[in-house]
Amino acid sequence: MISKAASRVIPANQAPKLNYLNNGHTLKSWLLTTDHKRIALLYLISVTVFFFLGGFFAMLIRLELLTPEGDLMQADTYNKVFTMHGMIMVFFFLIPVVPAVLGNFLVPLMIGAKDLAFPRINLLSWYLYAIAGTLFLHCMLTGGVDTGWTFYTPYSTSGTNTNIVEAGLAVFIAGFSSIFTGLNFIVTIHRMRAPGLTWDRLPLFIWANYATSLIMVLGTPVIAITVVLVAVERLFHLGIFDPALGGDPLLFQHLFWFYSHPAVYIMILPSMGVVSELIACFARKRIFGYKFVALSSVAIAVFGFLVWAHHMFVAGISLYAAMIFSFLSFSVGVPSAVKVFNWTATLYKGSISYATPMLYAFGFIGLFTMGGLTGLMLATIGIDVHVTDTYFVVAHFHYVMVGGVLMGYLGGLHFWWPKISGRMYPEGWAKLSALLVFVGFNLTFFPQFILGYLGMPRRYWEYARMPEFQVLNVLSTAGASVLAVGYLLPMIYLLWSLRYGPIAEANPWNAAGLEWRTTSPPPTFNFDETPVVTWEAYNYDEIPAKELEAPVAG
Amino acid sequence: MAGQVDALYIYLLLVSGVMTALIFIAVTVLAIKYRRTAGRDAQQIEGSTFLEITWSIIPLFVMMTFFVWGAVIYFQERTPPADATEVYVVAKQWMWKIEHIEGQREINELHVPVGQDIKLIMTSQDVIHSFYVPAFRLKQDVLPGRYTTLWFKATKPGRYHLFCAEYCGTQHSGMGGDIVVMEPQDYAQWMAGGPSAPLQDTGKQLFTSLGCATCHRFDVQGRGPNLQGIYNKPVLLEDGRTVIADENYVRESILNPTAKIVNGFKPVMPTFQGIVSDEQLNALVAYVKSLSQPVTGTAGLQNPPATSPAQPKNMQVQ
Repeated sequence: MISKAASRVIPANQAPKLNYLNNGHTLKSWLLTTDHKRIALLYLISVTVFFFLGGFFAMLIRLELLTPEGDLMQADTYNKVFTMHGMIMVFFFLIPVVPAVLGNFLVPLMIGAKDLAFPRINLLSWYLYAIAGTLFLHCMLTGGVDTGWTFYTPYSTSGTNTNIVEAGLAVFIAGFSSIFTGLNFIVTIHRMRAPGLTWDRLPLFIWANYATSLIMVLGTPVIAITVVLVAVERLFHLGIFDPALGGDPLLFQHLFWFYSHPAVYIMILPSMGVVSELIACFARKRIFGYKFVALSSVAIAVFGFLVWAHHMFVAGISLYAAMIFSFLSFSVGVPSAVKVFNWTATLYKGSISYATPMLYAFGFIGLFTMGGLTGLMLATIGIDVHVTDTYFVVAHFHYVMVGGVLMGYLGGLHFWWPKISGRMYPEGWAKLSALLVFVGFNLTFFPQFILGYLGMPRRYWEYARMPEFQVLNVLSTAGASVLAVGYLLPMIYLLWSLRYGPIAEANPWNAAGLEWRTTSPPPTFNFDETPVVTWEAYNYDEIPAKELEAPVAG
Repeated sequence: MAGQVDALYIYLLLVSGVMTALIFIAVTVLAIKYRRTAGRDAQQIEGSTFLEITWSIIPLFVMMTFFVWGAVIYFQERTPPADATEVYVVAKQWMWKIEHIEGQREINELHVPVGQDIKLIMTSQDVIHSFYVPAFRLKQDVLPGRYTTLWFKATKPGRYHLFCAEYCGTQHSGMGGDIVVMEPQDYAQWMAGGPSAPLQDTGKQLFTSLGCATCHRFDVQGRGPNLQGIYNKPVLLEDGRTVIADENYVRESILNPTAKIVNGFKPVMPTFQGIVSDEQLNALVAYVKSLSQPVTGTAGLQNPPATSPAQPKNMQVQ
């Protein structure tokens, strides 16, 4: 107890150790930094801005759907609102959030490196993201786009008069940001691991980010080319996708989903990596079936490229193409299921604490299981024909992308918050918000599965002809309000903790990763001495568990 | 079809429910049983290849039952009976235009008799739409520049929602209507109500007025192929390929005649892109089809399968 109390106060006569946060206070020292940890914070701030912007649009959607009539806004406005919600959340939040914030911060720390392999490219990648984001905000403020985030042709090339080219350019630039991050991670993980840190000793978060980076580098160029083709058709009326000009609209869908399906794994894989770290630490155990969990990430990345046309079962592809893609889609189910089973098995004979990050990990398992199983339903063609393009699909991908990705991200953010900020977050508030997120999430999206099976199509501004859908929509909107509180709370108490939170020790969780073997927050070059690794990952048998009670709210 | 989809859905729900419950119970029980207590440390376990293989193979096997069942239903959904009554659908922002083979037209409503196979031949005038009838558990995207088809057999009279399920612009949510399923006698009465010429007759008039008949002759070999009896038959092309002369082929040959030249003919036909509307195209397609139907009713009854060898008729018995 003495050491715990002492750790909360900085002795008055001793200046805090030089670390990456207090090493330079000027704006320039932040905007021209090449420190991966500072760049991670730049990303943290920018993706948070976009998250709350996207969340604001989500609330507008839920408010409009509270009543069957289209009474809150005009149809065109609603169409822009859900488009902005989707594009912001997908391209400017979900894709960068875990790799660019947590990955940027942790990849070098976890492998015992001083920085990423290309620190300047890392900074460039944030600038590209910032430029793309600014461009997108400009596009939004000057009228927005109304195609849905999917840009389906020929509506996007000939049907709408909104500013597709600018939005496309924003996506194009954001794509390069993503490619550079992926490239940086791949080279760093290959070349800069600390002595002794072999591939089979890597933390699973690193494996997950490695698999993600492969998708980023291989998949993102395809979406970049696709939006360029859309712009070319729009600007110069070259017939590529619009049949009126001699093009093929299905070609667009193939190209779009060739990236956008694997992009789902760009979002979820890093979160899966986070969950592996959390479960190992809070169960005090090596992950059950480490090798299978590591390789399942790579398997998901590879299989993820072979299933794109399952978004097109009713789009007009041939009968046999649909069957092949249905078959292949189930192949992704296996490595995903393997992860869930191994996490569950890791709990067996563990020493489990219910700290907030672990609650998020439990939440992840629950929501991802439901998202994954409904994904199998959608891969079953006979069912997909009925529920595709309905709220069933909306519910499914929110379970995976929001339920999965955000649970992993928030769990990770709390887990590494002491390392990032040097302060502890208030445990009581954090537990409350984890609970609110879980309950609010299910209340928002579970009714949408039922709505979808009843036949409510997605992207509907009003449903006046189907007043029977209202009850479920009201439930969903109510849930969204709870969820909003659950997301706002961490924003408030994490900011609060920067000033008032208890000072964090170097390793407040007694966790096993290399990132915990340096001070909190770490010095600019991460380690005073390059660590030499002589142990397997998650050697929790060699590290004593923390005291029974979790740290009390400050 | 709705019953079959629901049966599969219930099966999926049961399997998923059991899986979710298993995971949920396992996590809860383990999390409580092995909660952190003083004096007991975690026990390290490396993993088990046997378990990994087990929990890969068993889910894979279960998933394959999903796949096969789903694929069988889909195969039926996508294989219309050869003798289904055809209805032409033209989608545009933001309405559904329906044209019955008898010439009856309607907007945002489709009247069909109960118990009869109906095949919709659909195209769009502008962007992609999707014809969705939740009560039938059926949906098919409707694309500009080509035909897609959807078939169903309604089993209960009533009005059912018709939605557009593919986002198509401002009034996407307003683009809908009703499928009105009627008793056959009511349907016959409804059908008799409208003054209109059968679709193929409209097509025949167009065939003459557009000048098609000058080259596509039925008496002697003209500059274009004789169109009698070609529908749904294989056609040998100039480049050696063989295609089935289905609706999409006929449509393409009118709009983009040089795309697939029939063996032995020259690419001399001008395009009719922008000259004929989607409705007129439908009429022309209906007319070309009628040229392949037996002249007398009795002949048609004797051997309907023989007229359409491409249709896997036997799948209907499943």
